[in-house]
Amino acid sequence: MSAGALAVTTDDGRRTLAPPGRRRVTVLARQQFGAYAVLRCADPGGPPPRPGQFAMLATAERWGGGDGERPFLPRAFSVLRARPGELEFLLEDVGPGTARLAELEPGDGLWVLGPLGIGFSVAASELAGRRALLVGGGVGIAPLAILQDELVASDAAVTALLGFRDGLHAAGAALLRDARIATDDGSAGHAGLVTDLLTAELDRDQAAIVYACGPPPMLEAVRALCAGRAVPAQLALESGMACGFGACFGCVVPTRSGYVRLCLDGPVLDADRLETALTPGAGH
Amino acid sequence: MTSAAASGSATAALPTRFCGIELAHPIVNGSGTFDAIAAQRAFGPALVEQFPFAAFVSKTVTLAPREGNPPPRLWELPAGLINSIGLPNKGLAGYLTHDLPELAALPVPLIVNVMGFTRDEVAELVSAFAERDEVAALELNVSCPNVETGLIMGADPAETALLVERVRPLTDKPLIVKLTPNATDPGAVAVAAEAAGADALSLINTIRGMALDPRTHEPWLGGTTGGVSGATVRAVALAQVYDVAGRVSIPLVAMGGVQRGRDADDLLRAGATLVAVGTESFRDPLAGARVADELTRIRRPDARPGARARG
Ligand SMILES: Cc1cc2nc3c(=O)[nH]c(=O)nc-3n(C[C@H](O)[C@H](O)[C@H](O)COP(=O)(O)OP(=O)(O)OC[C@H]3O[C@@H](n4cnc5c(N)ncnc54)[C@H](O)[C@@H]3O)c2cc1C
Ligand SMILES: Cc1cc2nc3c(=O)[nH]c(=O)nc-3n(C[C@H](O)[C@H](O)[C@H](O)COP(=O)(O)O)c2cc1C
Ligand code: FES
Repeated sequence: MSAGALAVTTDDGRRTLAPPGRRRVTVLARQQFGAYAVLRCADPGGPPPRPGQFAMLATAERWGGGDGERPFLPRAFSVLRARPGELEFLLEDVGPGTARLAELEPGDGLWVLGPLGIGFSVAASELAGRRALLVGGGVGIAPLAILQDELVASDAAVTALLGFRDGLHAAGAALLRDARIATDDGSAGHAGLVTDLLTAELDRDQAAIVYACGPPPMLEAVRALCAGRAVPAQLALESGMACGFGACFGCVVPTRSGYVRLCLDGPVLDADRLETALTPGAGH
Repeated sequence: MTSAAASGSATAALPTRFCGIELAHPIVNGSGTFDAIAAQRAFGPALVEQFPFAAFVSKTVTLAPREGNPPPRLWELPAGLINSIGLPNKGLAGYLTHDLPELAALPVPLIVNVMGFTRDEVAELVSAFAERDEVAALELNVSCPNVETGLIMGADPAETALLVERVRPLTDKPLIVKLTPNATDPGAVAVAAEAAGADALSLINTIRGMALDPRTHEPWLGGTTGGVSGATVRAVALAQVYDVAGRVSIPLVAMGGVQRGRDADDLLRAGATLVAVGTESFRDPLAGARVADELTRIRRPDARPGARARG
């Protein structure tokens, strides 16, 4: 297997440049983790993504155009994990696009444009002796897996706190190492919100940096919690995207300095850039 | 101009002359559907090396900066899209300082799209670009209300004529008037624009549409209504281009739902000189180059790499 294309990074090492065209890759495996599917594909031509970057995906067959139904545009997915020449994505079936992607079988074709956007900052200066708290909600755990891989490889202290609806979804926690779990219905781990776990961690020791991805209400709770305690936080947000490379201006989220295109200046934003993480039209 | 050599298309060989501008092929982008500066942040210099269009049309510039509409700004349709982006841009001064130098460095000619809320505003924009050598042509987006009359400038032949007559003397550069499909008779507007001195026309802009939030049943888009684009408008575009081509003799830039070389070929056969790719670039940034290649294979079967080997 090829070791992937030569990577050029920009934006302080938080962005690997993508090749300018979408590329057709082959699905190697689909594995179910409770309510989620993991899609592993061969990506010999793709450069290695930075944690928090995403790709625009569309199936090579039967994606729009066919009988004229949605999906039409590609869909945004965080990179779950990357090995040389391979990419993994985590899918939750919430609509026609994710449903179609979740049907893919080994050997099927997938269009990939990426890696896109600006990922998490894991610079030593950023960590500065603080431990990393990874806070994930639902399918938002995806970018935290590749982030954990990188932090562990650099010997940083990492704790993963993950929240899910129920036991079926909590099966996704197996994608990260040593994750502590909260479920809304109490069927696994702490009965309650993942922010309860975060509060307890910060009560114990505030020398932390928080990396979070999840539904908007969770991100907003994390933002408010960290702001109140002056704990630095980086939030991977979501918004409806048509292109993923800054062409359409459709994905904007409000920040303290006005709208920014989430696909270009995010999806990871420093929490202190935001008045709120509750972005209109995002999430489900 | 090095446009022929620098076009991202590997095989497109359809040299085209448009208002005196030499282009490597007839495929350009629709205004507001490709940000060549943002794309370089995502793709680096490779984007310029493989630049997908024969000319670059920049997003609508207004006199004052605009934030654009509140999100959500997008609603997906079966084979299409409704957008309510709201023309966010840095304004004329910001464009001249930040965008123009970068866009001038692209390997293809630059067409600047402008819009004003009064005729004086449009005149100020046209005058500002008239003296810039980096700009090959100007496109007037007339799909906006004249705040003095309340009329959509491009929806009414008389309003359009007054606007074009006002700005025509201000520049020697080719003036392209971008027609709105949301007019009772786009053909009549086209005739008026030609008579008032337009050098070319472009069509179609997006068609007004809207969507309700399936949960709240309130309008989904932050701007309440938006513009429909993509494959779903292709038949409308073809009909309007065919009609306008029959009524004017100036060249047309045709767009609306172009996804393949065949769609571009249809619009050329309907009377267009150039074809713009819009929404399809969202699905693949290099769609423009692919359409140009497919079009070349349709129009010049002799230029097919395999044909020479057989001969
Ligand atoms: C940067 C980023 C990373 C992401 N990473 C992941 C990931 O790792 N895994 C994952 O599973 N998901 C991820 N997502 C979310 C994923 O992109 C969406 O779940 C997906 O686009 C949904 O598409 P769909 O067709 O399945 O559902 P849709 O039907 O598109 O529904 C999704 C939501 O979009 C809205 N919606 C409904 N209909 C429409 C319409 N016609 N037009 C516009 N909006 C509509 C509603 O709010 C709905 O709840 C990510 C999103 C972003 C922006
Ligand atoms: C997201 C989006 C933004 C657009 N912005 C502009 C714009 O700023 N100025 C303009 O004249 N047209 C704008 N358009 C219209 C396109 O240039 C084009 O006329 C239209 O989308 C039809 O082509 P298509 O179906 O290939 O997209 C925009 C279209 C889309 C989808
Ligand atoms: S998704 Fe198109 S600009 Fe961000």
